Amino acid sequence: MKKMITGSAFLFGDNIDTDQIYPGRYLELVKPDEVAAHCLEGADPSFVKKMTSGDVVVAGRNFGCGSSREHAVITLAHAGVGVLIAESFARIFYRNAINLGLPLLVCPRITGRVKEGDIVEVDLHGGLVKNHTTSEEIQGEKLSDYMLEILQSGGIKPLFKKLTADM
Amino acid sequence: MHAIEKILAKAAGKEKVNTGEIVKAKVDFAEVNDIYLQTIYSFYEMGGKEVWDKDKLCFVFDHYAPAPTIRSAQNHKEMRQFARQQGLTNHFDVNAGVCHQVMPEAGHVWPGMILVATDSHTTTHGAFGAFGTGVGATDMATIMISGEIWFRVPEIIKIEINGNLKPGVMAKDVILHILGQLGADVAVYKAIEFCGSYVEELDVAERMVICNMAVEMGAKTAYMVPNHKVLQYIRARSSHIFAVPETDEDFQYAASYLFEVDELLPQVALPHSVENVVPINEVEQVRVDQAFIGACTGGRVEDIEAAVNILRGKKISPNTRLVIIPASNEVFLTANKRGYIKELVDAGATFSTPGCGPCLGAHQGVLAPGEVCVTASNRNFPGRMGSTEAEVYLASPATVAAGALKGVLSDPRSEQEGVK
Repeated sequence: MKKMITGSAFLFGDNIDTDQIYPGRYLELVKPDEVAAHCLEGADPSFVKKMTSGDVVVAGRNFGCGSSREHAVITLAHAGVGVLIAESFARIFYRNAINLGLPLLVCPRITGRVKEGDIVEVDLHGGLVKNHTTSEEIQGEKLSDYMLEILQSGGIKPLFKKLTADM
Repeated sequence: MHAIEKILAKAAGKEKVNTGEIVKAKVDFAEVNDIYLQTIYSFYEMGGKEVWDKDKLCFVFDHYAPAPTIRSAQNHKEMRQFARQQGLTNHFDVNAGVCHQVMPEAGHVWPGMILVATDSHTTTHGAFGAFGTGVGATDMATIMISGEIWFRVPEIIKIEINGNLKPGVMAKDVILHILGQLGADVAVYKAIEFCGSYVEELDVAERMVICNMAVEMGAKTAYMVPNHKVLQYIRARSSHIFAVPETDEDFQYAASYLFEVDELLPQVALPHSVENVVPINEVEQVRVDQAFIGACTGGRVEDIEAAVNILRGKKISPNTRLVIIPASNEVFLTANKRGYIKELVDAGATFSTPGCGPCLGAHQGVLAPGEVCVTASNRNFPGRMGSTEAEVYLASPATVAAGALKGVLSDPRSEQEGVK
């Protein structure tokens, strides 16, 4: 995991649910590259075409609410989203993101401080968002040490591989 | 400590837990549904060889039951092979029903347990005094290997519901009203206890409806103190010996909310958010192309009965289709025995076999662009039940049946037998 992540911002609203992140009609797909093709299709069908790897998704409250489908994280991670910033995340989505090594930051003051296309940099250790376009800094919530450890390992799978190797 | 904290402490082998603490909890029962073939891939990817306990893990094929596409048939095939290879004691194939109905019916849910499933609506099992919570594929794969999972001990909020509902008003109306008042994120990262005089006397099915939709407020888990109806239900189905944990009198809730439901009207969540809730009398005329009764929220015998009470001896509107999917085979057979299936088919309903059906937009009645659906299921997000250009209204099974009868969204109280 990179300590600092910089990318162009894409804005989304409140309560972006997992059906908008990854529509249910594609749930039978399993391969990550196939899953990635439908990233955020229910909220913005042109998102995948517009974004480039490392870009930043900025949203309001309760991002990822709804279903427990891990496809929602797989699609964002494999489409190349560098980091997610939201006022709050739904719980299962948050766990899934940490488990799969997709960086995310809870930042209650983010709304209105980043515009579509702004260049933002995220310092995950400090929980800090820097908007390079406006030169504003926005303090978010630092990740707990436990979450950081999982993210730094590249998700929970590498941690478990070590565990099963010792079993 | 709260009962929820006591459940977590016991599962973590600790005397006491504190809010915010991360604990490793032993899982009593785990369930994987058929959109989670990924779980098996992750299990092997992480070095898994044998599941931690073949009596405590089961697959339920409900989201794609029976398989509507070659892809989903392949997913079933691979999951079935895994279940056989691992010798899983319990397996619920396409002939069972929705996991949250099938598990309690089969005796796998009891007070004080930790139940984890790859489905967000696992909060349903708070109705039985269980700690039920949903996870994704990778979390589940770690449970399949280790039998454990980490939890942050959540803040707990109390929602007290007092009073008695008027005829024609159902538990679904109560939870929709609460959602509308408190919002879709009031309980993010938190647990909810439902209590109050309304909850104390509530039947098993209605308790399940309320706990089921706790996740629509963001809740990690839901909890109700088991009442005599729940204990009777469990004892008839499970030989498991359990103790009901009790909340200490000095426990401090993170927040408390009070609702009086004596005067509550039927409620509707308008497109496209579960928190966009208004009473039925504030809804302007809405055409109903499809009405749906089913899924883990609205597919129980009581829900089908509510439809029968409105549609008995009548015909649904020629402009509307009514899809009904019982939540399980037990529900299906009970409804059949009571003659409900015939009455509803005579009224013009379309039945499908037990499963999740069109609730998640997979099959058995998905929506075309521009169509309007009123549903007893749980989510009205854009594209949830098919086209992103379709509109979904959430309501009680009675309101759904009234909508099917009239072809427009209608107050069920004016259609119900003996209720005026």
